[in-house]
Amino acid sequence: MNGYAGTILRVDLTKGKITKEPLNPELARGYLGGRGFAARILYEELEKGMDPLGPGNKLIVATGPLSGLLIPGAGKTTFAAKSPATGGYADSSVGGLLCAEMKYAGYDAFIFEGISPQPVYLFVDDEEVELREASRYWGQGSITLEKALKEELGEEFQIATIGPAAERGVLYSCVSHDFGRQAGRAGVGTVMGAKRLKAIAVRGTKSISVADLDEYRRISRQMYDACRASEAWETWTRLGTSGVNMWSNEVGSFPTRNFQSGAFEGAEGLSGELMRESIVVTDKACFGCSSPCGKWSHSKKYKVRVEGPEYETAALLGANVALSDIEDVAYANYLCDEYGLDTISAGNAIAFAMECFEKGIITTEETEGLELRFGEAEVVFTLLERIAKREGIGDILAQGVRHAAHLWGKGSSDFAVQVKGLEMSGYESRNAPAMLLSYMTADVGAHHNRSWAITYDIEVGRDKVTEDKAAKVIELQHIRPLFDCLGCCRLQWVELGLDLGYYAAILRAVTGVDRSWNDLLQISERVWNLTRAFWVREVEGFGREWDYPPARTWKEPVVSGPTKGKFVSREDVEKLLDMYYAQRGWDKNGIPTREKLGELGLSDLVKI
Amino acid sequence: MYLRADSTKCSGCRACLLACSLYHFGENNPKKARLAIIPHFPNPGTFEVRTCTQCGECAEVCPVDCIPQNEKGAYYIDAQECIACMACVDACPEGVIFVHPDHEAPFLCDLCEECVSYCGPGALYIE
Repeated sequence: MNGYAGTILRVDLTKGKITKEPLNPELARGYLGGRGFAARILYEELEKGMDPLGPGNKLIVATGPLSGLLIPGAGKTTFAAKSPATGGYADSSVGGLLCAEMKYAGYDAFIFEGISPQPVYLFVDDEEVELREASRYWGQGSITLEKALKEELGEEFQIATIGPAAERGVLYSCVSHDFGRQAGRAGVGTVMGAKRLKAIAVRGTKSISVADLDEYRRISRQMYDACRASEAWETWTRLGTSGVNMWSNEVGSFPTRNFQSGAFEGAEGLSGELMRESIVVTDKACFGCSSPCGKWSHSKKYKVRVEGPEYETAALLGANVALSDIEDVAYANYLCDEYGLDTISAGNAIAFAMECFEKGIITTEETEGLELRFGEAEVVFTLLERIAKREGIGDILAQGVRHAAHLWGKGSSDFAVQVKGLEMSGYESRNAPAMLLSYMTADVGAHHNRSWAITYDIEVGRDKVTEDKAAKVIELQHIRPLFDCLGCCRLQWVELGLDLGYYAAILRAVTGVDRSWNDLLQISERVWNLTRAFWVREVEGFGREWDYPPARTWKEPVVSGPTKGKFVSREDVEKLLDMYYAQRGWDKNGIPTREKLGELGLSDLVKI
Repeated sequence: MYLRADSTKCSGCRACLLACSLYHFGENNPKKARLAIIPHFPNPGTFEVRTCTQCGECAEVCPVDCIPQNEKGAYYIDAQECIACMACVDACPEGVIFVHPDHEAPFLCDLCEECVSYCGPGALYIE
């Protein structure tokens, strides 16, 4: 099958057995790959009601048809499972080179089932596949282990690891790859840890076939030329996502002190330009990408090397905990990378604990004597360690802010900044209703990457709560995750303005299947409705209530900065959902209707 | 003419490797490229690019004299004459003569310049 490797590896960790299955052409045709494969396989194969940390959950690692090809950013791998943090659908995409190597080895996806009696890692070298004992690696940091495995197996191997946080079941543990890229959100790493799968190591020496070689090379050439010619290329390559830091602060979306405000007085210490000058060593690319946004940094203050900090880390482990020295953030980033913690959820949880401490909801009795104050770097580092080890207050925070708020009470749920049990990422949105709606309806919980709509809010008028905003969120929720089905990065389009028209054209040349961009968007809409259906099936009573943001959204206006005084009223929150559901063809409780499911070819699979 | 690299500009994207294998073999396969990208992570956290320096060692050690130079002055292995003894692979000081199970003869850079044209940061250049 052109564009695909043609085989799925199914790994039964309980029995220690690996099977090679041919890739079903229907699956490829209907779901493309990556997140599409994950959503379909999880819905179809997972029995209803499985414990996410039990043997009945499955961890899917999936490439897409564009992964590993000469296409800018052809390096995105999807990790997916039923989330231990939310109980619903989880997928998280990691950059780097893993998906490319998987396809060269001859595999489109790995499906991990069961639980291994002992820690193991999956070893893949072309046709040779086996589970190798990993007990001696258990407890090792993610980055340290990747280095050790590359030294043992060879630099050519692409490695994914979990750290000690996942081993201990921290609910927001990540999967790490390429020394600093992560599949970070919703506990996909936690699932890997629960299965005692410590690492994945892949090497492949085969070729990926394409249908029309000349056409593929012609369009590829155009894509690279267009990226390089983009006006944004220079700045994007120089700063990467850190270029967003000061912008976000200026528009009042930089989450500060647990999202109390959207601007941080210490933001200048976190600026991308300052970061580049002070700590950045190398621009680091994912597979095939000509605009390397990764920033390999060296902090002399802490004597560590780390990828980043990325925007989200500067936001959640910087402004949100009131740290104004980029080197402090870099060290916190390093700790998270070695422990294997999602920097977004970790920063959000720490800030939540700090606000609770500030308000006297928790005291030094709950914190083993530690004073949880905003702006204290040592407190952040200590809490990260306690979370990773699940010690003391760390054990509570390791289960997420929804859990912590439930435990500590006293109205703290109002400012546990999460949706569906997933901590909100880096855009304070009380003056950005489209972005708020994005967070409310993202299909993994409060994550921004499905629909980064804040620029639309700013473009058309921030205060407006209108149909076009719901329409924009839906449009982005189809376009952006489509890249996660294709197995390649969307930032060439988002940041460099690369024309979306290239993607359908090159996919056609690669696969030989004639599909328009709209055909591809329909696949993406299918996947969107399928993940929604997964939530409906797996979360008792799932519906509208699960789409609400924290009550702070309407109860407390922004305390300072350019959006001071702004909030989104409860009425407007309801209005956003009403408009969104109606436009999506869902009922008033946010459940996909039979008509919508039928339109998307899901009637046989989904019985709602 | 030489293919040179400023390794400080290399970001490790590997587009060069794919461009090379596509041009020469018509295949998407970085393991069939004629230059090497070697990452050094986490310390110092840089990429090293190895390209053929046209030193001629390979031609010297070849027992059947099947490594002539093309019109650009680049050494190349005449696959028809090659006896696959691998002496050139061992002799190459840069480690830039490559082998792959699909092909009997090793292969090396012929200065086609495809990699240069795909390198975003401009780490590769012809001098």
